Amino acid sequence: MSFALALENITCTFVSREDRAVRYTAVKDTTLSVAPGEFVSVVGPTGCGKTTLLNVAAGLLEPSTGKVSVFGEPLAGINTRAGYLFQSEALMPWRNALDNITAGLEFRGLEAREYLEKGNDWLRRVGLGGFGDRYPHQLSGGMRKRVSLAQTLILDPQILLMDEPFSALDVQTRQLMENELLELWSANRKSVVFITHDLEEAIALADRVVVLSAGPATHPIGDYRIDIPRPRDVAEVRLVPRFIELHREIWHAMKDEVLKGYAQQLQ
Amino acid sequence: MRSSSSNLALRFWQALILVGVFAAWHLLTAPGILPPIYFDDPHRAPFLFGEPLKVFSRIWVWFAGGDIYRHLWVTLVETLLAFVIGTVAGLAMGIWLALAPTASAIFDPYIKALNAMPRVILAPIFFVWFGLGIASKVALGVTLVFFIVFFNVYQGVREVSPVVLANVRMLGASPKQLLRYVYLPSAMSWVFASLHNAVGLAFVGAVVGEYLGSSEGVGYLILQAEGVFDINTVFAGILVLTVFALVLDWVVTLAEKRLMGWQPRSGETERI
Repeated sequence: MSFALALENITCTFVSREDRAVRYTAVKDTTLSVAPGEFVSVVGPTGCGKTTLLNVAAGLLEPSTGKVSVFGEPLAGINTRAGYLFQSEALMPWRNALDNITAGLEFRGLEAREYLEKGNDWLRRVGLGGFGDRYPHQLSGGMRKRVSLAQTLILDPQILLMDEPFSALDVQTRQLMENELLELWSANRKSVVFITHDLEEAIALADRVVVLSAGPATHPIGDYRIDIPRPRDVAEVRLVPRFIELHREIWHAMKDEVLKGYAQQLQ
Repeated sequence: MRSSSSNLALRFWQALILVGVFAAWHLLTAPGILPPIYFDDPHRAPFLFGEPLKVFSRIWVWFAGGDIYRHLWVTLVETLLAFVIGTVAGLAMGIWLALAPTASAIFDPYIKALNAMPRVILAPIFFVWFGLGIASKVALGVTLVFFIVFFNVYQGVREVSPVVLANVRMLGASPKQLLRYVYLPSAMSWVFASLHNAVGLAFVGAVVGEYLGSSEGVGYLILQAEGVFDINTVFAGILVLTVFALVLDWVVTLAEKRLMGWQPRSGETERI
């Protein structure tokens, strides 16, 4: 079977622009593969290089060593089969919600009538019907995330890369968004790499949870299958005994790394 | 939103200040109203400072007689041409250098030098190159407008959010589309921030150019009047230019409101 996304022995070393001798290895010898239709959560302490790993998968960043392949083919340049949901604001502030959602289709040269129809459809699907003419600054944080989600999903990517997309939202909005994500995902199963620092979120959403070590030289230290049946409700699944069991087990493995990461931040 | 009654009060006070200034001007200069305070000769003050009534009658004669329109038109054309050419050149150059770090590093000292140079001294050279017609004034205005727009665009392109850029690339934009859909709109917001300055400087270029040598334009009228010590006409020209500049500024504000609707304004609330 060929993986949807395979990262093999990825190492990313950053060199300081001022002084070539100053180096920082963010990710070291990391191997991670995602099967078609699989939802993989990657958890790790803050500042451990999770985003670096995702940028490599997206083709935005070239690794120092290692190989990235997408559906068996080596990746060169931008990963055109992937959609990327960024952690921070990524919408174009000069385009309204609808125009942001349809941007990708516009770039592909679709006709206005066609992409506007699809865009309006997606606007409704993420619960923003009637907000199409609002500019990003006129929308709340949760609404902007919905626009981002629609902007990415409208292109129907086979791989979805998500970088702590809901970390800036309040708890209630976040759970709503997580449920909506699961619903959208289950309708049309894509491969997902979901990066988060929140273990509960990781377990609630994923088929598999990969735990990363604290940086620098981050590498995976654990790989757990989440055998909780779907469909799940992210608010209720936290009370299932199996969830608590898995949480305890993974947290046990993560704890030392989190403390290490925290100690580094204090330095 | 300010209530309309306090808005009216504001306008009233603003008008009162204007009336007050002209009243004081009149009282201090018209011969025979006040005893001579500083000048022995009562005609000395109006000779140096003009008389508002004569200034207004001069403006009236200009507009009623239709003399002024030709000159205003020439000044307007010079201003607009300088503004458009300077803005387009600044935009193109700003985007190019912001996206080409090597070229930017090479040109850096020259751009700084050109910007530091007092560009009005180029006027004599432009007169030699382009003659005494419109072209030399436009050239002077362009050198003033160009740098304002250039620096703003340069800054604007370099400060495009890297996340927005990465996002648009992930959405499949080609380099050309990046330019059109990301760099240009982002740069435009900076251009508009500098537009009021740019229009003002285009106007300065036109008027200073006319003042230094021309046969048409409001600056030429002022130059002529000054030559015969007609201080009232000089003041009339200054007043007309001021109102003209205010109108230009107002047009820019309108354009800005229309084109930059996406930008957040402080205190904007939803009205349902």
